[in-house]
Amino acid sequence: MSATAKIKRPPRVGDNPLFRTILIAVVLVVTALFIVAPLAVIGFHAFSQGWQLYAATIAHPDTVHAIMLTVVTALIAVPINTAFGVAAAWAITKFDFPGRRLLLVVIEIPFSISPIVAGVAYLFVYGLQGLFGEMLADADIKILFALPGIVLASMFVTAPFVARELIPLMQAQGRDLEEAATSLGASGWRTFFSVTLPNIRWAMLYGVVLCNARVMGEFGAVSVVSGNIRGQTNTLPLHIELLYHDYQTAGSFAAASILALLAVVTLAAKVALERRGAGRRPALAAPVAVLTENAK
Amino acid sequence: MKIRLDSVEKSFDSFRAVRGVSLEVESGELVALLGPSGSGKTTILRMVAGLEYADGGSIHFGSVDATDIPVRDRGVGFVFQHYALFPHMTVDENIAFGMKVSKQKRSKAQIDARVADLLRLVKLDGLGSRFPAQISGGQRQRVALARALAVDPKVLLLDEPFGALDTNVRRDLRRWLREIHQELGITTLFVTHDQEEALDLADRVVILNDGQIVQEGTPEEVCRQPSSAFVMKFLGDTNKLKAMVTSGVAAIGNARIEAPGFPDGAVDVFLRPADLDWANEGEGISATVARVIDKPSGRRILAVTESGEAVELDVAPETVVTAQQRGVVTIERARLFASA
Amino acid sequence: MTRRRVLPGLPLALGITLVYVSIIVALPLGALVFKAASLGFADYWAIVSSPRAVASYRVTVLSALGATLFNLVFGLALAWVLVRYRFPGRRLIDALVDLPFALPTAVAGIALTTLFAHNGWFGSFLSNFGIKVAYTPLGIMVAMAFTSIPFIVRTVQPVLEDLDPALEEAAQSLGGSDASIFRRVILPLLTPAILAGVSLSFARCLGEFGAIIFIAGNQPHETEITSLLAFIRLEEYDYQAAAAIASVLLITAFVMLAVTNLLQARALRYTVKN
Repeated sequence: MSATAKIKRPPRVGDNPLFRTILIAVVLVVTALFIVAPLAVIGFHAFSQGWQLYAATIAHPDTVHAIMLTVVTALIAVPINTAFGVAAAWAITKFDFPGRRLLLVVIEIPFSISPIVAGVAYLFVYGLQGLFGEMLADADIKILFALPGIVLASMFVTAPFVARELIPLMQAQGRDLEEAATSLGASGWRTFFSVTLPNIRWAMLYGVVLCNARVMGEFGAVSVVSGNIRGQTNTLPLHIELLYHDYQTAGSFAAASILALLAVVTLAAKVALERRGAGRRPALAAPVAVLTENAK
Repeated sequence: MKIRLDSVEKSFDSFRAVRGVSLEVESGELVALLGPSGSGKTTILRMVAGLEYADGGSIHFGSVDATDIPVRDRGVGFVFQHYALFPHMTVDENIAFGMKVSKQKRSKAQIDARVADLLRLVKLDGLGSRFPAQISGGQRQRVALARALAVDPKVLLLDEPFGALDTNVRRDLRRWLREIHQELGITTLFVTHDQEEALDLADRVVILNDGQIVQEGTPEEVCRQPSSAFVMKFLGDTNKLKAMVTSGVAAIGNARIEAPGFPDGAVDVFLRPADLDWANEGEGISATVARVIDKPSGRRILAVTESGEAVELDVAPETVVTAQQRGVVTIERARLFASA
Repeated sequence: MTRRRVLPGLPLALGITLVYVSIIVALPLGALVFKAASLGFADYWAIVSSPRAVASYRVTVLSALGATLFNLVFGLALAWVLVRYRFPGRRLIDALVDLPFALPTAVAGIALTTLFAHNGWFGSFLSNFGIKVAYTPLGIMVAMAFTSIPFIVRTVQPVLEDLDPALEEAAQSLGGSDASIFRRVILPLLTPAILAGVSLSFARCLGEFGAIIFIAGNQPHETEITSLLAFIRLEEYDYQAAAAIASVLLITAFVMLAVTNLLQARALRYTVKN
């Protein structure tokens, strides 16, 4: 018997060939049915009435407007959110101050509450019946049922996205590099741009990609604060709903296919960034645990 | 239980980790596998345990061919380098694990009694309800040993058992392991890269290099009759000096060393620092002192010979010597190996 | 604070953070709580304990439990397969696991509804067995399960990857069978990660809106989730009821956060040094 014919490694737990084959098969089938099929059905229905109708739907002024509104929202919300994420991570990981853990919990809150709650909450700040409602109405400033409301609601639901990528990473990296740079006479900004940023850029970009996907796809919170005015405050996800309920199924799927494409691009970007070491940590179910764990 | 390895081979991808190793460990013997990292010692131990399968050759336990017996049926006790204690189980539960999963059913009372016995044996009474994170490194090591012994293994295998411990703890545990071995008489094979540990603990030392056995024997044999320059160097500090042999006598400076059986020509002379002494004049190698290092047990002289070779020697604490001083290095004992 | 601050930038970074958190997160939530609190206990209780509201809690919680249970089993299997086995397509599956996070919920909603409608690819097949998914509580469960697939996989996967192989080898050398090693060694070590994944998944199911409203049918008392009820009250201009119901969701989220932290601390108590 040749050496290669022999089993090279002693079996680990679960290496039984039958068990292994069955488990892989089950996972493949469920993934195909549950994850791939929804993606496939979008493509199928988007083009079910042919290319012309697809192109016509996409080119329809309402759809174009929805796309533009979605892009503008992302262009405003994502950079602000990123700046916040970096500032929060810098403050939380590079300094000790009272209330640090509480701050961490507060940043994570939007992740665990329903977007509908977020939308309703915004009504009670900027709506007519809200805290600043009358004031804003007197000054003729429109926040709800307009772009500012959509941007604010999007920023709420995505508040933790960049911060939660950066905090564990910067916590693990510690303060040594920055302290070394400062001791060599670098200014704060200089330290940040030439020492900190190069180490966190991929993780930051990873957070940005996920944040962007969520902003462009947000439905619940935005549907409360936008007022669904066709051609005015309809973002792309809301436009999909509108077409769907108008029984314009093909049109609705055509619009959906744009967001599905965005999802696929997001996944590809995610994989590419993970190759560079971003992402891939346990999610922060218990945010406080991150600080205590890494403090060791 | 006697262990016999017969021409055992193991490769990882293209790297030949173990190349035709044959070895016998007598029943009740305590044997050390000693070698530098990458010498294949841990791979041999893992093959004996069944944690790796040999590519070729055979491993026998007594008269039974154990080569292809899976680890769980092999009946070995294995102590891992970092102990591999189950972090979520208490010390008691760790020790009881093997008995709980055994095909041989035991009552809870039996298991508890055995755990208590083992805790006493490893001197950890009272710590049974702690988790591994809550005890010291030396204590973890003893829990790992108790856990391995709980299943009445035929042989005990230890992978760098003291590698992760402080020097002081290490010495105490070494002596203590020796006592336990004497008490239980279980065939024991352990892996180490620390020659002091191997010589201190083992009945017999097997020295490995590049996946092959280079020498085996009692600590006395390997220390007094090293079979190669490698063994000589690996077992402790050595000076290597070049010498010329003429008619069975090697010459270095004015020193002469008997070299029976060596052909005329160049030869390597290996000298332990303790086998050398310092004199102001006389028969020896002329040298200049570069530096003197003081130690509790004596003084070490770093010197340079006339021919420019560095040499280190250990001398008695009362020796009067200072840097830049000239004198001679005298040779009490030397070992010659043909030039490489 | 014995440590002196060496690095610059705390006032600026903390200032930005606090302003953002206050305006974007704290202010609206505070306004919501204020609005709900201004109701008075009797009115508040009447709204949140109305039969329609209670029915919505039941539908939401039961569906979320069902979906999380499915994700627990499937997520664990997925994580195991991705970490322990090598097979063609593994990387693709690994990437696809995140699709539910990347795909906007409205898109997921219309896709799942179309698949499971009585004339859809899956719906027409299932109707042969008399199983209706779309416009039933089962549909809610499907939508919840889809949108929260990644949580358990992504919390368990890294822990499983980092599991010290020596622990398994030790258990094998002590004579453990595959089943007993999984049950006594591997599963307990995964438990903190599983708990984290389960609570994230459950919280997401409770809060999910976009994917569900398309497939649910939205019949009061039958297939109406709590988020939708809050939304409907809003559209009826019943702001107080919307505030009250939203506050129930908010409180639930906070309780979930607290419970998660407690459970995790408990599951990890063995790592605490004396």
